[in-house]
Amino acid sequence: MIRRRGFPNADAPLPELISRCVHCGLCLPTCPTFAELGVEMDSPRGRIRLMKNVWDGRLDADSAAFADHMAKCLDCRACETACPSGVSFGKLMEAARSQVLAARRPNLAEALLRRAAFRGLITSPARLALFARFGYLSKRLGARTILRAIGMKRLAELLDLVPEKAPTSAALPARFAAIGTKRGTVALFTGCVMRAAFADTNAATARVLARNGIEVLVPATQTCCGALHAHAGERGGARELAKRNISGLEPLAVDAFIVNAAGCGANLKEYGWLLKDDQEWAERGERFSARVKDASEYLAAVGLAERPGPVRATAAYDDPCHLIHGQKISAQPRALLAAIPELRLVPLAEADWCCGSAGTYNVTQPELAARLGHRKAQHIVRSGAEMVVTANPGCQMQIEAALRREGARVPVVHLMDLLDRAYASR
Amino acid sequence: MTAAPPIVRAGLRGAALASGLRDLLGSEKVLWAREDLLLYEYDGAVDIATPDAVVLPNETADVAKLARFCAEHAVPLVPRGAGTGLSGGAIPVEGGVVISFARMSRILELDVANLRAVVQPGLVNLHLSTAAAPHGLYFVPDPSSQKACTLGGNVAENSGGPHTLAYGVTTNHVTGLELVLSDGSIVRLGGKALEYDGYDLVGTFVGSEGTLGIITEITVKLTPLPEDKRTLMAAFPTMDDASNTVSAIIGAGIVPSAMEMMDQLSTQAVEASVGAGYPLDAGGILLVEVDGVRDGLDDLLERIEVICRAAHAQELRVATTALERDKLWAGRKGAFAAMGRLASDYYVQDGVIPRTKLPQVLRHVIDVGERYGLRIANVFHAGDGNLHPLIMFDGSKGPAEVERVKEAGREILEMCIQVGGSITGEHGVGMEKTCYMPLQYSPVDMAVMHRVKDAFDPLGLANPGKIFPTPGRCKEFSLNAAR
Ligand SMILES: Cc1cc2nc3c(=O)[nH]c(=O)nc-3n(C[C@H](O)[C@H](O)[C@H](O)COP(=O)(O)OP(=O)(O)OC[C@H]3O[C@@H](n4cnc5c(N)ncnc54)[C@H](O)[C@@H]3O)c2cc1C
Ligand code: SF4
Ligand code: SF4
Repeated sequence: MIRRRGFPNADAPLPELISRCVHCGLCLPTCPTFAELGVEMDSPRGRIRLMKNVWDGRLDADSAAFADHMAKCLDCRACETACPSGVSFGKLMEAARSQVLAARRPNLAEALLRRAAFRGLITSPARLALFARFGYLSKRLGARTILRAIGMKRLAELLDLVPEKAPTSAALPARFAAIGTKRGTVALFTGCVMRAAFADTNAATARVLARNGIEVLVPATQTCCGALHAHAGERGGARELAKRNISGLEPLAVDAFIVNAAGCGANLKEYGWLLKDDQEWAERGERFSARVKDASEYLAAVGLAERPGPVRATAAYDDPCHLIHGQKISAQPRALLAAIPELRLVPLAEADWCCGSAGTYNVTQPELAARLGHRKAQHIVRSGAEMVVTANPGCQMQIEAALRREGARVPVVHLMDLLDRAYASR
Repeated sequence: MTAAPPIVRAGLRGAALASGLRDLLGSEKVLWAREDLLLYEYDGAVDIATPDAVVLPNETADVAKLARFCAEHAVPLVPRGAGTGLSGGAIPVEGGVVISFARMSRILELDVANLRAVVQPGLVNLHLSTAAAPHGLYFVPDPSSQKACTLGGNVAENSGGPHTLAYGVTTNHVTGLELVLSDGSIVRLGGKALEYDGYDLVGTFVGSEGTLGIITEITVKLTPLPEDKRTLMAAFPTMDDASNTVSAIIGAGIVPSAMEMMDQLSTQAVEASVGAGYPLDAGGILLVEVDGVRDGLDDLLERIEVICRAAHAQELRVATTALERDKLWAGRKGAFAAMGRLASDYYVQDGVIPRTKLPQVLRHVIDVGERYGLRIANVFHAGDGNLHPLIMFDGSKGPAEVERVKEAGREILEMCIQVGGSITGEHGVGMEKTCYMPLQYSPVDMAVMHRVKDAFDPLGLANPGKIFPTPGRCKEFSLNAAR
């Protein structure tokens, strides 16, 4: 075997980011995969060391071991929150995955699947909407049972993720007028998965903002944010989408680009980094990212103009990883929930832990994803909450599926849907 | 990073060892692939060495089986908790098997009525206090690494922490142990009671760094949470002022529950990472905490404030909410790792000195830093006189740089001994400070310690190459060079 030192291309995890890690180990207990598997290779410190070992020529970038431990990472970035040394783990992981892709020639089936997913499905709202509808229907028709029976367990598990409610993909109006005194104008980022299966949530977000004196534009000049691409290491595809979004949205005279999917938000906030090797785009990316705000972040900052109506329920809030760890947003959603009269918020153990959704993790690591989903569902049941509130469609699907498998009938709602409902009940 | 030259012993190693272990324990409990083993060659410090295999036991019986096998085949046994150690204790310097306790991390019993907990060694320190909190109890020793380090590691290192000033270090909070000796025998020492007849072998074992045997179960004391606390951050123009304050507070007969000091370099690194709210223009800051029954705490705090002002404190800030207090502590607890922002590597010293010598020794540390052209940050348990100079360097410059750094470290430790202190307060001797032992102990002292080791570990397989100086690695010190 010819030993190649280092990584195949310039997207490699940068040595100056790696050397930030002083191998103190303080991140270990916050890592869900370390908690489940108990081995250093599946800990943040271990994964960083694996990257270093590739640089040092002690491990090949195209080795199965490297690919496996990078794939097992949830990219939840809990380790980033825990790290006192300021290691940018998310950036390292995305870079490492891009190198796995570049170094390994995937087998044909894998390649075709990836292509179908990343080129076809995710970037086309129409096709994704179709898929979501098909999923919903086939579930209704008992397709899961059939699939299980014929041994297609993985597809069956994917169908498990299809949400309980019928997907809606009605197009949103291009503009929601501010109600009452106008306090600002924003553009709503509608996202791919969001748009397809969760159009209701987008409409709800717009209505909540409008209720609070914010004019909401829904520009047609936007596309998928590229988060799933970036997490999977498809840097090229991610960059292409980023450029399209920047060109399409930057001319708008709005105060902020509002996102209600944590995964998209974290990614949109890192366009500058994604495009770092291209000076012009890097600067435009930085400026763009600075204008991106999670819906809860924006609403908490401007303050509610109007008090929501009461919701008589006991709720638990589950932090989406890409909100709490990726964007350091955890107080704002709780503050918004606290503003809803009669809603009782109960603490949820490990609320800051990944539920196992993690982008395409369900597909790539079904077993670990299921274990983490089970862990989450158990904590929810023990919390005594009648409803779980979160702020990311992926988490919503995963937690719903996990609760269903547990036989627990606890609905999972998006924060914006809940606020919308609260306002409607006034 | 430096790899110490291994002392090769006869015995089963490499692939043959790995396959023997797989047959013995099943492959899901053994790691043997080279790329995996490379991830068990480091801890929180600077030394590295690769094991021949890693074993992940689920229960005591696995450990006993493993020990018997290793005794038969002359294989060293190196226990490992979370690998946060700062003296290379968990590094398999002579190869052999690393035993990772990551999968033995359960609380076996919370005996609230008797204020005891029985736990497995892989349990994370903080997880015990979190589990005990609903009962109004906690586990006192709180190393700054408590989010991650394990009880097994704490017992092996006799760890301390900010709050061990008033309440004692780990050894004061352990009443019973279950051990596997290197011949595979399972031994129980102590139990839930405070005192037992005969030798205090629990006390002997605490702080033995895995060199006497392997801990498989620990019985610890739980302590009622104090009714209330007050946390004060005091900023001073100079480290001298801060040091004098420490002596003045203790001199006034006040024993705070914690008293920690940080210099400017440390506060700057911490502010960049945690944003604890420390003033950046202060030469040194003190964190002082008092706790106990609520009545009287404010008076005590006021007395401390008066002492601080008399010692030129430029700013005094009392945490008023739990959140503010947590923030002040988060800065201190994240301080070591925050150094990653200033340099890619650090080498931390752990000398202990009489409190009154603080100004003198700290000036010496500054002097060493200047002479070697190395940046040294100080963040430490001032109340205990337990220094932690963090020498920053760039490991990628190679072994010569590491040697230079260690040389600087040695000058600091020599000063600690000169003023009547010792070379380690809580991080242990490990493999890193073995060569300094003769600076502190006479050959007779060392021989007595060795007899204790022989009594527990006649085969010499329990974490070899630790604590005792080995001739191969300690050229510059002959055993007679002591004192
Ligand atoms: C950021 C940071 C801050 C720190 N702050 C402090 C502090 O304030 N106070 C302090 O005292 N220390 C501190 N330390 C040092 C370290 O965390 C402690 O020594 C801790 O007790 C080590 O625990 P561990 O589980 O990581 O053990 P490891 O590093 O894995 O092992 C340490 C030693 O314990 C032995 N050992 C582990 N498990 C067993 C077992 N089951 N049986 C027998 N021997 C065993 C190992 O062989 C080794 O010799 C700090 C470290 C870091 C990185
Ligand atoms: S906490 Fe940060 S510096 Fe420490 S091991 Fe983890 S990633 Fe490295
Ligand atoms: S991103 Fe999440 S899963 Fe990956 S190493 Fe960090 S904590 Fe573990």
